[in-house]
Amino acid sequence: MTTIRIGAGAAWWGDRVEPAAWNAERGRLDWLVFETMAEATVSAAQVRRRRDPGFPGYDTYLDDRMAAVLPHCLARGVRIVSNQGWINPEAAADRIAWWCRRLGHPGVRVAAVDGGMLTDRIATLADRVLETGGPVAGLAGTMVSAEAYLGIEPILAALDDGARIVVTSRVADPSLFLAPMVHAFGWALDDWARLGQGSGIGHLLECGAQVTGGYFADPGYKDVPDPWNLAFPIAEVGPDGSAVLTKLAGTGGAIDRRTVKEQLFYEVHDPARYITPDVVVDFTTTRIVEEGRDRVRVEGIGGAPRTPTLKVSIGVEEGFVGEDMFFYAGPGALGRAKLARSILEERFRLVGLAADDLRIDFLGVNALHGPASPAGPEPYEVALRVAARTRTRAEAAKVGREVDAMAVSGVGMTGKRVPHQDRVREVIGVWSALVPRAAVTPTVTMRES
Amino acid sequence: MRVPLRRIAHARSGDKGNISNVGVFAYDDAFYPAIKAQLTAERFAARYAGVVKGRVDRHAVDGLCALNFVAHDALGGGVSRNLCLDNYGKTLAAAVLDVEIEIDNRLAPLLRGPGPGN
Repeated sequence: MTTIRIGAGAAWWGDRVEPAAWNAERGRLDWLVFETMAEATVSAAQVRRRRDPGFPGYDTYLDDRMAAVLPHCLARGVRIVSNQGWINPEAAADRIAWWCRRLGHPGVRVAAVDGGMLTDRIATLADRVLETGGPVAGLAGTMVSAEAYLGIEPILAALDDGARIVVTSRVADPSLFLAPMVHAFGWALDDWARLGQGSGIGHLLECGAQVTGGYFADPGYKDVPDPWNLAFPIAEVGPDGSAVLTKLAGTGGAIDRRTVKEQLFYEVHDPARYITPDVVVDFTTTRIVEEGRDRVRVEGIGGAPRTPTLKVSIGVEEGFVGEDMFFYAGPGALGRAKLARSILEERFRLVGLAADDLRIDFLGVNALHGPASPAGPEPYEVALRVAARTRTRAEAAKVGREVDAMAVSGVGMTGKRVPHQDRVREVIGVWSALVPRAAVTPTVTMRES
Repeated sequence: MRVPLRRIAHARSGDKGNISNVGVFAYDDAFYPAIKAQLTAERFAARYAGVVKGRVDRHAVDGLCALNFVAHDALGGGVSRNLCLDNYGKTLAAAVLDVEIEIDNRLAPLLRGPGPGN
């Protein structure tokens, strides 16, 4: 096999569905890969399932995505790797098998990869929280979930066992893309150079449109053609792991040195040591060559032996945030907003708001960059935005209640929304720890449509 | 001539826990030496004073004409705890673009954006 074509199908839970269907239909793909999990996805799903026993525990857009891509993937022999299984990949596999039958394709093997959940054992497996150095055992009372980031091995086992579709719980994002390469090319699991190169390509693909012109445009400086019509990337991967990144003809966006460079460093800290479960990737030797319009060759990414540990993400209940905003415009807008702030601060004292953290910003002035915002001319419009972090839901609700009062008991010419949503959200803090590889036993369960 | 970084480089921020990283990329390789010499970790930290509360590490990748700034304690305790409206810090990369860099006048034709060059 000379090259394989791997297309991206999603970069996060809320991503667009149409570009995945275009890739499935017109991408001449061998593989379509979905990445739908954020750092807090598992803990948020656990909390939701506790409240809503009917929540199946997998990507809430699983049906939308599968209905859009499966007809093409099944007709064209495109295999799928997806982390849409969240906290219940077995149920997701059942659902996907149901879709396959419904679309007239019996006998399709669908595998569920699971086994990374360590919630009950993490306090005995891990000593210290990476971020704070504090004891993991100290989180026990408020812990919602703890899951290890799995690597390629269970996905490879599923593919070797004939799975056409693999749906997983938590797996490191680049591993979702690396597994098809290792399966197709037969790389050894200690071939660090190829695993590094392949993981680097996976890293570039995992955020979808962020390498094809999304999260990029800056008018007059970085212009993107037809940015409403962005495609998800496709990688033509060779047997050495080097790849050409491209996208479907007729779509908007761009793939060039600039988009690839920005994405290469996205969420990377030390570029010489990007740790995945499979390999330690070295991006510092990357070569990025524009071969043609929207065709960029990426090669030279290095790899070093994997670490003896796996990263575990620990979700912890940490209280609530109450937040809301209201508005001013015209001459004196900022002055009225500042008076409103002082009224709010006094009223929070009157109602005894017990907040661990409180923030009142002027959107249009300093709400995003805070104290790093330079002084500028007074804005024509200002939103006052207030947020407080509290221990209880009732305390957090005080924020919205006091903002309500600003409608008639506040400042002149206050623009205010009628509350149409719960202005309180739960905070699930995410911490990290390391566990020995031997502590984690991934599982593979096979279904058939 | 002194120009805002925005005319010679582009940037992207990413989040992990309470750490924000900002990649800075020269539009043209010719701009990179000046950026590397002048946009130190200290200068970056000064631009984000009050927002970035921990240390800033800078990783220079000369082969790609790229600098990666890793800013600790930059996201209000972490994405889910952060009371900032932009809790992921997606907009943070923009702030560094107004830092001024001294460049050789002969590079003026390579400047991006409005004004001389381009």
